[in-house]
Parts: sequence; C-alpha cells; structure tokens
Amino acid sequence: MKKRELTIYQKSISKWGWLFLGPIMAAFAIGFLWPFLHGLYLAFCDFRLVSEAKFTGFSNFEKAFSDEGFRHSFLFTAIFTIVSMTLINVLSFMVAYYLAKEIKGTKLFRTVFFMPNLIGGIVLGYLWSMIFDGFLSMFDTSVLMDSRFGFWGLIIMLCWQQIGYMMIIYIAGFKTIDGSMLEAAKIDGANGRQTLFKVMIPNMIPAISICLFLALSNGFKLFDQNLALTAGLPITMSVDGSMVKDTEMMALNIYNTFYGQSSFGHGVAQAKAVIFFILVAALGIIQLKLTNRREKV
Amino acid sequence: MKKHRIAVTVFTVVSLLYVLPMVAVAINSFKKNTYVRSETFSLPDSESFAGVDNFVKGMTFGNYPFAKSVIYSVLITILSTALILLFASMAAWFIVRVNNLICKIFYYLCIFSMVVPFQMIMYTLARTADKLSLNTPFTIPIIYLGVGAGMAIFMFTGFVKSIPMDVEEAAAIDGCGPVKTFFSIVIPMMKPTLISVGILEIMWIWNDYLLPMLVLDITEYRTIPIHIQYLKGSYGTVDLGATMALILLSIIPVIIFYVSCQKHIVEGVAAGAVKG
Repeated sequence: MKKRELTIYQKSISKWGWLFLGPIMAAFAIGFLWPFLHGLYLAFCDFRLVSEAKFTGFSNFEKAFSDEGFRHSFLFTAIFTIVSMTLINVLSFMVAYYLAKEIKGTKLFRTVFFMPNLIGGIVLGYLWSMIFDGFLSMFDTSVLMDSRFGFWGLIIMLCWQQIGYMMIIYIAGFKTIDGSMLEAAKIDGANGRQTLFKVMIPNMIPAISICLFLALSNGFKLFDQNLALTAGLPITMSVDGSMVKDTEMMALNIYNTFYGQSSFGHGVAQAKAVIFFILVAALGIIQLKLTNRREKV
Repeated sequence: MKKHRIAVTVFTVVSLLYVLPMVAVAINSFKKNTYVRSETFSLPDSESFAGVDNFVKGMTFGNYPFAKSVIYSVLITILSTALILLFASMAAWFIVRVNNLICKIFYYLCIFSMVVPFQMIMYTLARTADKLSLNTPFTIPIIYLGVGAGMAIFMFTGFVKSIPMDVEEAAAIDGCGPVKTFFSIVIPMMKPTLISVGILEIMWIWNDYLLPMLVLDITEYRTIPIHIQYLKGSYGTVDLGATMALILLSIIPVIIFYVSCQKHIVEGVAAGAVKG
C-alpha cells in the first residue's frame, strides 16, 4: 500500500471507521488478539487455574523439551509431514497432468477426486477407521495395534482427502501455461518428458509452491484426523517410565497436555503451544523465502 | 489416441476405488452391529441386514438427539458465515479506501493471525468466551468472526484493490453517503468474492470440531462433528452400525451441497489457495 494524499471522497469515508472497522476489530480482539497475548504470557507461568498463575520464567519450556512424549510427537509429525507432503503433491500433479488435457470423463473424475475434501476430519477419521479395521481384522489386528498401521493409515487418509484439492490448483496452473509455448516445443521436436520438465514445470513453480506450502502446513497442523483415527494409540512405555503415544502428533499432544490426563500443568501445555506456533510460523517464512528465490532465478 | 484410452481406463478404475470408502459407509449403515467389523466389504445378506434400525437407533444414540446437533450445526454455520462476510467485506473496503495507520496495523495483525495455529490460542480463547458468556450457538458466531477475520479480510482486500474508485466518487458527488455507497455499489461488485469466501467459511465452520468443542457447553450444545466424536469417545462398546448410519447422514448434506454448487466451490478453493 503506497502512501498518498486522501481525496475528499476518501476523507468522507474515514469518519465511518467506527461502523466499518469497529465490530470486526472488537471480535478480533476477543477471538484472537487477547487470547494470543494472554496465551503468550501464560506460557511463562505455572498454573492450574488462571487466577493463580505465577510467573516462572522459562521453566515450562524446559519441562516441555524434556517431555519424551512431546519430543516423540515432534519427530512423528516431522516425518509424517515430509511423507504426506511428497506423496500428495506427486500424486495430485500426476492426476492434474492428465485431467488438464480434457481426456474423456475429465469432469466426472475431477468431481470424484475433489469430493472427500468436503468431509470433515472427525467424520473422515471414523470412516477410515472402519475401512482399515475391516481390512486388518482379517489378520486379527487393528489400526490401533501397531504404530506403522497408524502412520500409513493417516497417510492414506490424508492423501485421499487432499489430492483433489491440490489437483484443482495444479489444473489451474496447467491452464495458465501459454499454448504457443507448448506448440513451439513441439515444433522444436521436444518429446513428452522434455516438454513436461523443461516447459511445463518451470511455468508451474507458483502452483507447485502453493501446493507444497499447503500440504506442509496441513500435515504439520493435523489434529482432527489424528484424534479420530488413532487418538495417538498405541502407547509404549519409555525407559524412564513415562508413557509415549506412538502416533500422537504435536497438535494432539498439546491438546492432551491441556485437557487429557497429563502430569504437567497448563503452563507446560501453553509453552508447548508457543513452541508449536514458532515452528509453524518459521516453516511459513522459510517456505516463502525459498519460493521467492526460486521464482527470481 | 491410444495413450489417452489407457489414461481413461486407469482413471475409471481409480475413481471407482476412490468412492469405495463412501460406498462402504452406505452399505455398512444397513448392517447389524457385529457384522460391520467382521464383514466390512460384503453386501448385507438376510443374516446381517438391519433395515433402517441403525438410522432409528442413531437418532437418539449417545444420549443426545442427532437432530439437535444438525440444527446447531446449521445455525452456527449460517450465522457465522453471514457475520464474517458482512463485517470482513466492510472492513476490507474501509482499509483499502482510507488506509490510515490504524488500518495498516489492523491489516498486518490480520495477516499475522493467519500463521498462528489454533492450539496457540485455544485455551485462553475458550476461557475468554466463557467469561464473556459467548458459549452458546447464538453467540459463538462472534468468536468465529474474530478467529476468521484474518483470512476473510485478507481475501477481500485483495479484491477491493482491483475496484476502481471512479464509480463510487461519482455516487458521492450525487450525494450518496459512504454507507449507502458501500451497500448499493460496492457489495454488488464484490459478489463473486463474497461467494468464494462464503464457500470457504462454510466448509471450515461446518466441519470444525475443536473450536465449538472447547467453547460451547457440551452437555447442552453439540455440533455434528462433536456428536460423532462423542459416540466413540465415551460410551464403552460402540454400536458400529448406528455410527455408520450417522456418518452417512452427516455426509449426505455435504454431497448435496457439493453437487449443487460445485462450480463455485472449485472457484472458491482456487481463489483461497492463492492466498497461501
């Protein structure tokens, strides 16, 4: 937004700020700003009840970092995010590559692939837990019995849900490629693979970076599906006697520290939330920097 | 072309596999409880067929009438979406047109709020909502307005910047005040964006679990996702047949919504993605 003198017209509007900005600013203060600031402060306090909060400095963060379950959830989330981000993007790119060509039935295929996107995470989790358990019960086991089942179950479920979403963005990306460029490549004798890698993909960088970022942040922040499909199970005992939920992701770990049967106070949970927030924000900034650099080259 | 014929065949097979999970829910919602796990992938036979029993049972399942959850879900989604569309479009227009210091600060706070994960604010938000008695389905839209303000304002400002000011100024010279200008001139021009943002808000709020779960008084008010979660959460052995019936019932309106405004949904998603 560049600085400029306001016209008389704009000045006449500015008197109406209380009406145009007032209501949403009040709601924003209640729904975001105050909870954020208060939460930030409470991360440095020891409390069960907010009214009894005592400032304790960084001790909550020390406890959070030394919590085996939290460390495990970070690792699990990181691996899960990398795998799901890669799979979702490769698969949805492939689907979009063909469906952008308007092959027979394209419209129907797109409709089908996108549909799971509208189903909420909780419903999705129970839907797939029926499918997985129906299959695994033939081998007398369940998705809750083995963390490998839980991990790949979550991956399959997330792919099923999000491929259609990314596909829409990739198709839009393919449609923006200049047709004459493809024709020129054809005349120059480029084969299908060369056209894809030398012409299409370089022109798709904006779409690719959007999809990578979306998949990254969706994977990292996953909660509903995690809660509904595995709820973090199975549980293993770690060496020091604390219990670690094998398929618990970071968001669920924070939730359980707040509301589950956790030996930690709410302050530690809030500290975990702050760590989580910093990670999510950092990922966003790194992603932005990387794509900016690539786009300049 | 031969190559495309192969692609069409592959996509047909994959599409059939893709809808299979939803078909499985439909099939299993007509099976007796014990058969859901043991014969998940077979059609109900005379032995396992339960008729509409699961649906009847599902209505009062979990000691909470399912119809009530549906009503609350619809109410919260419609009220919140309407509130967000109205106030976020107003704010976005004001921010772009006036652009003073307050506008700039508020705008950057909105952008900032988009990178903050919900877990960061959930505990203090639930407490604040409780303190201010915003914990009913009629008041939770105010919370949604606050939490959703960032993204909505961001998307609306992007669009308002592309609206030329000439028409508005002409109206102002003719004696049209800012409020009237906004509602009679700007709003009609914003219609496509209003639809896109509206779709995104509906998809978010309808499926949202954690926010209403933490903010609402759960013994009294449950939305559909909360209801479904509670079936499994707290009643010992779950009746899988009835659960499947409820899952089917909660997916059907979504599919109807999707089929009836598919074009807008796809456009909304494409527009929303660009903000990423």
